[in-house]
Amino acid sequence: MKVGLFVTCLVDLSRPSIGFATLRLLKHYGCEVVVPETQTCCGQPGYNSGARDVARTLARKVLAEFRGCDYVVAPSGSCSGQLKHATVHDLFIGEPDHAEFVALSERWFELSDFLVNVLKVQEVPGRVNGSVTYHDSCSGLRELGVKMQPRYLLQMAGAGIAEMEGAERCCGFGGTFSVKLGEISTRMCENKCEAARASGAGTIVGGDLGCLLNIEGRLRRTGDHATRVAHFAELIAGGEG
Amino acid sequence: MQVQSMHFKRRASEKLDDALLQSNMKKAKGKFVDGRAKAVAEFGPWEELRSHCAALRDRVIANLDAYLVEFERNATRRGAVVHWAETAEEACAIVADIATKNGVRTVTKSKSMVSEEIALNDRLEAAGIRVVETDLGEYILQLAHEPPSHIVAPAVHKSKEQVADLFQEAHDRPRNTDIPALTREAREALRDDFLNADMGISGANFIIAETGTTLTVTNEGNADMVTTVPRIHCVVTGVEKVIGTLEDFASLIRLLPRSAIGQTITNYLTLTTGTKMPGDVDGPEQMHIVLVDAGRTKLVGSDLEPMLRCIRCGACMNHCPVYQNVGGHAYGWVYPGPMGSVLTPAYVGLENAGDLPNAATFCGECAVACPVKIPLPDLMRKLREQQFDRRLRPWGERAAISMWSFAVTRPGLYAFLSRWGARVASWIGGREKLIHKLPGLDGWTKGRDMPAPAGRTFRDLYREGGR
Repeated sequence: MKVGLFVTCLVDLSRPSIGFATLRLLKHYGCEVVVPETQTCCGQPGYNSGARDVARTLARKVLAEFRGCDYVVAPSGSCSGQLKHATVHDLFIGEPDHAEFVALSERWFELSDFLVNVLKVQEVPGRVNGSVTYHDSCSGLRELGVKMQPRYLLQMAGAGIAEMEGAERCCGFGGTFSVKLGEISTRMCENKCEAARASGAGTIVGGDLGCLLNIEGRLRRTGDHATRVAHFAELIAGGEG
Repeated sequence: MQVQSMHFKRRASEKLDDALLQSNMKKAKGKFVDGRAKAVAEFGPWEELRSHCAALRDRVIANLDAYLVEFERNATRRGAVVHWAETAEEACAIVADIATKNGVRTVTKSKSMVSEEIALNDRLEAAGIRVVETDLGEYILQLAHEPPSHIVAPAVHKSKEQVADLFQEAHDRPRNTDIPALTREAREALRDDFLNADMGISGANFIIAETGTTLTVTNEGNADMVTTVPRIHCVVTGVEKVIGTLEDFASLIRLLPRSAIGQTITNYLTLTTGTKMPGDVDGPEQMHIVLVDAGRTKLVGSDLEPMLRCIRCGACMNHCPVYQNVGGHAYGWVYPGPMGSVLTPAYVGLENAGDLPNAATFCGECAVACPVKIPLPDLMRKLREQQFDRRLRPWGERAAISMWSFAVTRPGLYAFLSRWGARVASWIGGREKLIHKLPGLDGWTKGRDMPAPAGRTFRDLYREGGR
């Protein structure tokens, strides 16, 4: 099974460890992984800023890069939403390559969804001690139905899930929103941090790096250097090797 | 109502620092969100009902002219006079004219967001007419000289203590913070006006084409008094409120109170059809229905057309994490929250409300909660596209998008920039691995650190590790 890894621009730039964890996981389950070197971004920042043309250009670029893959997997619900949802339901309606995007959409999976619903994995290589709390990122949850998948995987690794109040509420990241309306974004994030802390779990886990940087940034700014913030891939993939 | 939406950012900032507002908003949030969730869960075929009602509203909007003419015919047949107002000014002038010609001195009003939209009270008061709001929330706000902050619960931003202060001053009675007692106090204060007003003004949740009926949903019964007792009843509502039949209404009314506040049914449904007829024990001698366009028909056939489905339940704002944190006044006009972030730019101009379509993380909670399936984030994105095309955003933002677009579409350049970006940012982060300040990213770094990149990009590390 040939699986294309869509790294995502944030993981590439900021947390390559998440990309490598994804790579290890896919290989662990016997996938042949390809990582197109020319990949950059899914186009969502442009799309949500009203720049449709560049969003279309980038979507076509992704389409070309992953041609020939049986599946494409991304460690992000947000980027996956862009290429599974926005392309098919908006950007390419009436365009000659719409059908190709429909086909790409059917092959494209957010990582936890792929592991649970396509590979149907029963074990994970990593071990997690103690309890974690899970933040549901908006696009993954509401566009792709990613909810129980990462929780199953974390439980397979031995983690207990201590649910926070309002786990499905936005953390305030919202891409450019976090800069354009920073004060509101910060308050939303503070609410998220409070809820996560109240869960009693020492680790906040999510599936989208944008949210995780946002949450970690707020925790650190408010003097909390103890609470760990992690992508589920890093926790379930285990160490190198 | 004067548009203040251009000041959203500043007003939102003030609201975030308003401790009393924050505590009042927190109390309301649970009631709305949990209440709706429970009512929806108990209902059963909720999604089917949503789809049915969305289709029903779409059908009306696609044939708006036919439905409106049918409404006019049937309302006229029952003795009402239908007036058509293309603009807010025209609507105000029509109502003021009716009042002046009939020697009206006192008007009682039940809640009407359209009357807020067209600033009807100001116009009537300028003509020397006394206007009394009779919805409890609106009554409180009239005493406080404030606009509503929510379309269903206009005074949701106020605590009972704040209401007690207002009542103490207005009613000249000992201060009381018991809610049933406050309600009784308002009822007693309003009684004389209910009985003696010359004209009653109501809004309409729906107007029904097949019967010529206007329909108002309340929990207080005040619309019954306003529409029945005075000799003149004047309805002011938007042209998009029309629906086909009573049967359609039966579907919509199952959505509305559940979505609004988790009620299975509202306390009062006030259906008014025409004037007092021979043999009727009550009802107005004159009934006027002012149908307001004020930008609505411009949306037909546009990208924003689905917005006309809106049944004004408020679920989108109740579920919006931005609204929950800043409250309705921050939005600067009549309609707050996600529906307001679409309607305000549509009605008052995108150039006057530029921050509103951007005041969303596109978390999607509003679209899930909307009973008539309005794709609110998609509509806000459409407005962002218009801003982009018309170059309405600040130059810094536009420059950033241009530079980003240039880089991400050139993989070689992008690899180079991200390689050095990651290194430099990692160096800035230092041993703490935290960036405290970054030029151009003040919005982020004012309240948060930026966790620093690891230093090498995935691309470079992967290439070195071999395939």
